[in-house]
Amino acid sequence: MSFPFICLLLLGLLCGCEQAPVEQAADKSISTVPAPGGTLIQGTIGEPSNLIPAIASDGASSAINGLVYNGLVRYDKDLNIEGELAHSWEISDDGRTITFHLREGVRWHDGTPFTSADVLFTYQLLVDPDTPTAYAERYMQVSKAETPDAHTFRVHYEKPLASALISWGVGIHPRHLLEGQDVTASPLSRSPVGTGPYRFVEWKTGEKIELKANPDYFEGEPFIQRVVYRFIPDPSTMFLELQSGGLDMMDLTPIQYARQTETPAFKRNFNKYRYPAFGYTYLGFNLRRPLFQDKRVRQAFAHAINKQEIVDGVLLGLGQIATGPYKPGTWPYNPDVRRYAYDPEQARTLLAEAGWRDSDGDGVVEKDGRDFSFVLMTNQGNDSRIKAGEIIQRRLADIGIDVKLRVVEWASFLKEFINPGDFDALIMGWNIPMDPDGYNVWHSSKTRPGELNFINFQNAEVDELLEKGRRTLDQEQRKAYYDRFQEILAEEQPYVFLFVPDALPAVAARVHGIEPAPAGITHNFIRWYVPQALRKYTR
Amino acid sequence: MLHYLARRLLMMVPLLLGITLISFVVIHLAPGEPTDLQTELNPEASVELKQRLRSQYDLDKPLLTQYGLWLSRLARLDFGNSFSQDRRPVAEKIAERLPVTIAINVLSIVLILLVATPIGVLSAVKRNSLFDRATTIFVFVGFATPSFWLALLLMDFLGARLGVFPISGIKSLGFDYLSPAAQVWDIVHHLILPVLVSAFGGLAGFSRYMRSNMLDVIRQDYILTARAKGLSERTVIYRHALRNALLPVITILGLSVPGLIGGSVIFETIFAIPGMGKLFFDSVMMRDYPVIMGVLVMGAILTLIGNLIADVSYALADPRIRNN
Repeated sequence: MSFPFICLLLLGLLCGCEQAPVEQAADKSISTVPAPGGTLIQGTIGEPSNLIPAIASDGASSAINGLVYNGLVRYDKDLNIEGELAHSWEISDDGRTITFHLREGVRWHDGTPFTSADVLFTYQLLVDPDTPTAYAERYMQVSKAETPDAHTFRVHYEKPLASALISWGVGIHPRHLLEGQDVTASPLSRSPVGTGPYRFVEWKTGEKIELKANPDYFEGEPFIQRVVYRFIPDPSTMFLELQSGGLDMMDLTPIQYARQTETPAFKRNFNKYRYPAFGYTYLGFNLRRPLFQDKRVRQAFAHAINKQEIVDGVLLGLGQIATGPYKPGTWPYNPDVRRYAYDPEQARTLLAEAGWRDSDGDGVVEKDGRDFSFVLMTNQGNDSRIKAGEIIQRRLADIGIDVKLRVVEWASFLKEFINPGDFDALIMGWNIPMDPDGYNVWHSSKTRPGELNFINFQNAEVDELLEKGRRTLDQEQRKAYYDRFQEILAEEQPYVFLFVPDALPAVAARVHGIEPAPAGITHNFIRWYVPQALRKYTR
Repeated sequence: MLHYLARRLLMMVPLLLGITLISFVVIHLAPGEPTDLQTELNPEASVELKQRLRSQYDLDKPLLTQYGLWLSRLARLDFGNSFSQDRRPVAEKIAERLPVTIAINVLSIVLILLVATPIGVLSAVKRNSLFDRATTIFVFVGFATPSFWLALLLMDFLGARLGVFPISGIKSLGFDYLSPAAQVWDIVHHLILPVLVSAFGGLAGFSRYMRSNMLDVIRQDYILTARAKGLSERTVIYRHALRNALLPVITILGLSVPGLIGGSVIFETIFAIPGMGKLFFDSVMMRDYPVIMGVLVMGAILTLIGNLIADVSYALADPRIRNN
């Protein structure tokens, strides 16, 4: 974690104390001891699609499912794996068998006891061809799943799989409510029953979803008694609602964070937080195109693009330069890879070495009579990518490369350009998964239409590293593989890695107990509380 | 008349079939499929899995077969289930969004009629007066103002700063705990800004329309006759001129019937109102074919019925047409 980042967190915490609100100042006797009570209203742009974890793949559904359901394991605040429904587990020496020991006395929200049969059923549901799930892949690798007793669950794999353990962080489904039913027609899709800290109350289409604290939760009853998700599809409206008190929590945009929330009123009523988000934005080359097959050309791009300028211009400085596909500060991240300083002179030299020179004096370099001109594509609806594209366009013009920027609607972008591999270069982003397995994005076997290595990156050493990396359970050893993997990426520049933006949540100041950590702020959500005197909603 | 009605209704059937076929083909021409959102760029989804999902939705069958399947369901009055991840019946998804859309549209049409008619009449009667000029400016401003911008300004000023109106949504959070009277007031309170904004653009257009109708009418000979008879100006304008000037309004109202169920995406998005516009927009973006088709079919039926109603009521209102 970088020093400025820590400073900022401290600042955030200090503000939290300082601001500890006006009402309290009036009466010093009011206690701030955590106690059950209070309501938190969150805004979400999209309405959830389905509250059965196996089927849902959108962010809004996952946010709610995360409070209603539990997995066997989860990531803790420092992104280490810890037990949730499983209190412990053993991995066999050959790495092919995992035995989970489940918590006893856990009950579903309807009172039925939770047992290993529910876990087995969840596994069966995920690999059932009739379940419309996007997550089957990892569970298909299980060769055998069994339940030796009501509180033990065991899975065997053909080959060791590094991401096997965390794959059991998937929400466990209630067998007694789903078995033998058509999961796509189940009422659970709109009124879920889980084992998690919050129970489902109601879902009003187009309006809100309401949850209430589960008093029997196995890790203790959450303090905040009522959580409401309001669906507000427009970001400007959401921000107005936040300012007027209709919402208690939302993710700010950089401009809101830096310019529109610096008012005394906002600072009095809200605390802002800032930490790197789990995602990065990149410029990717289509390596099938002769234009980009020379490594020196790609390196010239990396020198010509001023990444700090993009971070400052697009994110108002609220982000950092990306150097590879992992998040700075997490264990797989390699900070020592080759970096490309902004150096247009060096870029021109590299281009010239590759045979690109401006011999006719029109400002555009050419080779074999052909101008260096290409189309840079990105998808509609993502402002930061479009802005980054405009900045890149200008910087590449400086070194004699003519860029045409083209913005295309998302579905068309995928179908017409990405899947058939019909593009020159593009600006896109990836989420950074907690597990570093990059096989699907970088392995040379994943270049068929519709697969994720759509830039057609092929490197035998990377293939080998990725294969070893996903089959190795020892973290040190894995890190060695992925460190080398990042070195190769930095050298080859199949992507010019641009930036990792910051997540910028704002939370009402009356909410106490928030502890920012590498995992973000919601890791201890059930320990957040609103001191009695500050409660806004009496119900 | 009955014969005429029956013939018109019968003719609608092939027309409707044609509309649905064309719509069905056109929406499938757009690149992308409903399963894409779930599987594209998802590191966990393999090519085999994509095929599996496609076959679950019959997307692997030829287009005409898919149309046949859809049509046979429609014949049983079944709009099918949504292709989005919630898989809910299309009819249910439409039904829960219809009331608020219709309410806002009806209210805004009523508001437009109530306000724009007198404005139009007055500016016609007092042509080139200060009032007429002022309304001309108002009309230009009305046409030129983007509704989303006006909405945000009103929300910021009246909602966030002054706190007079709620900013978004159609109900307060504690709605269920209010008394019935308070519930009604709560909804009205939430609807004031959206209805105002949605009526604003229409107000401008309709008052202009009313003005030119009225100008046409007062130049007619029978108005001259009425004045020559010595009737008061009030009677001339409001009894003789206005009634005739209102006649074309019937056509407009007829044509606005399908508009009653069509919301506006921008406007519903800004006010966070769960209406038809947003439903339709989202389903187009997600390539949710059954929902798109459901909304289109309803729109087509209402357009046809709207035209019919306009024709019929025209005949009822105007003896000249009736007697032909």
